[in-house]
Amino acid sequence: MPKEKLRLSGVRKAFGDVPVLNGIDLSVSEGEMVCLIGSSGSGKSTLLRCINLLEPIDNGKIIFNDEDISQPGLDPQPVRQRIGLVFQSFNLFPHMTAYENVILAPRRVFKRSGTELHSEIKALFERFGLAQRTQHYPDQLSGGQQQRVAIIRALAMEPQIMLFDEVTSALDPELIGEVLDVLRQLRMQGMTMILATHEIEFAREAADYVCMLDEGRIIEKATPDVIFSNPREERTKRFLASVLNKS
Amino acid sequence: MKKQPIQLIKHSNTTNQTTRLALAITLAFSSLFAASHLQAETCATGKTLKDGVLTIATGNPAYFPWVMDNDPASGKGFEAAIAYEVASRMGFDKDAVAWTSASFDQSIQPGAKDFDFNLQQFSITKEREKVVDFSTPYYSAAMAVLVNKAAADSGATASIDSLKKLKWGVDANTTALQMLQENIEPDSSPLLYDDNTNVTEAMKANQIDAALFDLPTALYLGAVVLEDGVVIGQFPADRTATPDQFGLLMEDGNPLKACVDEALAAMAEDGALAEIEAQWLQETTGVPVIQ
Amino acid sequence: MQARSDERQQYERRQQRKGFAIAAASSLAVVVALIYFVPKTPGWQKVRASFFNGEILLSTFPSLLKAFLLDIAIFMWSLPAIAIIGLLIALCRDQRSAVMFPLRIFGVLYTDIFRGVPVILTVFLIGFGIPGLGLPRPWNSPYIWGSLALILTYSAYVAEIIRGGINSIHDSQRAAGKSLGLSNTDTMRFIVLPQALRRVVPANMNMLVALQKDVALLSFIGPVELLRQAGVHKSLLANFTPYVGAALIFLAVTVPATRYADYLLARQHRERS
Repeated sequence: MPKEKLRLSGVRKAFGDVPVLNGIDLSVSEGEMVCLIGSSGSGKSTLLRCINLLEPIDNGKIIFNDEDISQPGLDPQPVRQRIGLVFQSFNLFPHMTAYENVILAPRRVFKRSGTELHSEIKALFERFGLAQRTQHYPDQLSGGQQQRVAIIRALAMEPQIMLFDEVTSALDPELIGEVLDVLRQLRMQGMTMILATHEIEFAREAADYVCMLDEGRIIEKATPDVIFSNPREERTKRFLASVLNKS
Repeated sequence: MKKQPIQLIKHSNTTNQTTRLALAITLAFSSLFAASHLQAETCATGKTLKDGVLTIATGNPAYFPWVMDNDPASGKGFEAAIAYEVASRMGFDKDAVAWTSASFDQSIQPGAKDFDFNLQQFSITKEREKVVDFSTPYYSAAMAVLVNKAAADSGATASIDSLKKLKWGVDANTTALQMLQENIEPDSSPLLYDDNTNVTEAMKANQIDAALFDLPTALYLGAVVLEDGVVIGQFPADRTATPDQFGLLMEDGNPLKACVDEALAAMAEDGALAEIEAQWLQETTGVPVIQ
Repeated sequence: MQARSDERQQYERRQQRKGFAIAAASSLAVVVALIYFVPKTPGWQKVRASFFNGEILLSTFPSLLKAFLLDIAIFMWSLPAIAIIGLLIALCRDQRSAVMFPLRIFGVLYTDIFRGVPVILTVFLIGFGIPGLGLPRPWNSPYIWGSLALILTYSAYVAEIIRGGINSIHDSQRAAGKSLGLSNTDTMRFIVLPQALRRVVPANMNMLVALQKDVALLSFIGPVELLRQAGVHKSLLANFTPYVGAALIFLAVTVPATRYADYLLARQHRERS
């Protein structure tokens, strides 16, 4: 039985009067990959931002490595160092080269020297096929390359879990594959991951579980086989139909 | 009012006794009804900005003892009194004088002026005379050294050597700067200001020790504005190579100049000028002369 | 289709030529009118003698240039202080946590007050007022306190410009920094500020131009810089030409600086679009 890495219980979050998360329960074990699906506005992004502590939650608990990281007054910085988050719009720092984007956080946070980090970071760029792009600025890279740099940037902190927020949604169709390849690679290396995604095919192929979110609730959680071929909820069926029709 | 017929008589010395008398009587009467009729006979006729009115400018604010309480129309203060006396001798009674204000820059800018003459301690210089006209001088000002209490306490005296060592400030719009450079040649270059108030403010802040003003102004600023300022010495006007003489300023080529000069000459001759000076500037005696 | 687009191009070219012709003709008309009619005005001779006297310009210009060195010096020593204080105030105003609330209030008051009060009043108040409290020489120098007045005023403007720059950086950049475990300080220092400062360079260039001119306000409290030196000549010569000379010197500095700011702004627009 693999160890439980992350558990959410009764997580609630509202922006002003607008409820976004209405009691989320979720458990993710080490090495698992969980996909979150659901229409935009269903709460997928907010859920990931809450886990990364970018947004404080109103109610409930988030347990990470048996530690309650949602308790008020807790310093979020050390937690964020162990939870990587990759954004839909990459959010690379435009004034830094790809290499500088990656080295900034480990150098500042772990106080490690540039020379010490150099070989590790070089290796990361090579592993994801970007060895030739380290000195490029973000606007000199394609969308797929930028997103891969963003993933490398998160990985350089050696996180214990990675959160991906629709990382392929902003990409041209022909560039999606290279990013999905990276995710496959991570999966094979046993990285624990939570993905918010619209890539049904990829979820079917790679996910351990798929969770269907609707109006801030997980209305259905099942293995990909079950949820994609025989969804229980009417809402899930409609969502899958609309997504599959589009592609 | 009293002096106008006399002046007219002077102008018309070819007419005989009878007509003189008749004229005087006529004028005395007609002046009761129409001032313009009266002035039809004077030097200034048709030469003023507005017929029958003499427009005189001074600074705003105008300072003691030149003008009292910034109100030239009161006739109180040296320059206010001079203005009314000149006006009166040119045939304008008190009601026919209109006051306006003009800054230094307004006064020397080219083009038409909105005053007939302007008096605010304008020093007559030949550079200025290229742009404007000055009357003959109505006052020869001694330049005086005003020091703040700190400088007086630390032993500044009325000797050039002592004065050289002081930190100086002057009003940039006056001839005092030239005077300072020529007569004292201070060791450190002076600081310059826009008006008397700023000079005294700098003295209060102890940013400067000393300033150069005409003597009446220095006395006033020292006693009233600074309260504890000391006028430690003066350069008497008659002992200076280029004495600081005040003139009434007029537009270049103003035909009124002849009338103004005539009035001033008469005032000097019959002692009116000295009388006004004694009345308003009497305190200026007793200040040590700088050696 | 091809013929149509040719026609369109030709039409546009015609329109453009027409526009040029109108602009050229109207400019020429204005210049001719100025050159021909102004000297015919009755006061022209006097105006020329008062404002455009070549002899006076030549004789006073060297001393004006020398006085301008003081403007440059004041400008140079005020500049670093303005940059540093402006940045600090901007950071004060950016504080978001409750603990830092007093700092934010301070930042708001600072910018409101020093942008709201006319520069000349600040110059008088600080240049005469603080030394008047009884500071000994040389610490009561008008150079020190006058410069401080400029520094306070301009740092308030610069702070607002920088704050605008900081606000213009999308929140996702902060989020990205934080998600990597960077502290707020590091996120500001390495991610937000470098981008924000680059973005506000053109606006700050314009502040530099304004500062270069406002340095002349220090002349009110004593220092004999360019404008005052011109004023002294004006007073002694009863002629405004020295002011024209001073204007020429100011223009020689401010025009290139303004052009450069415009160039930077235009480049930035191109980069962003």
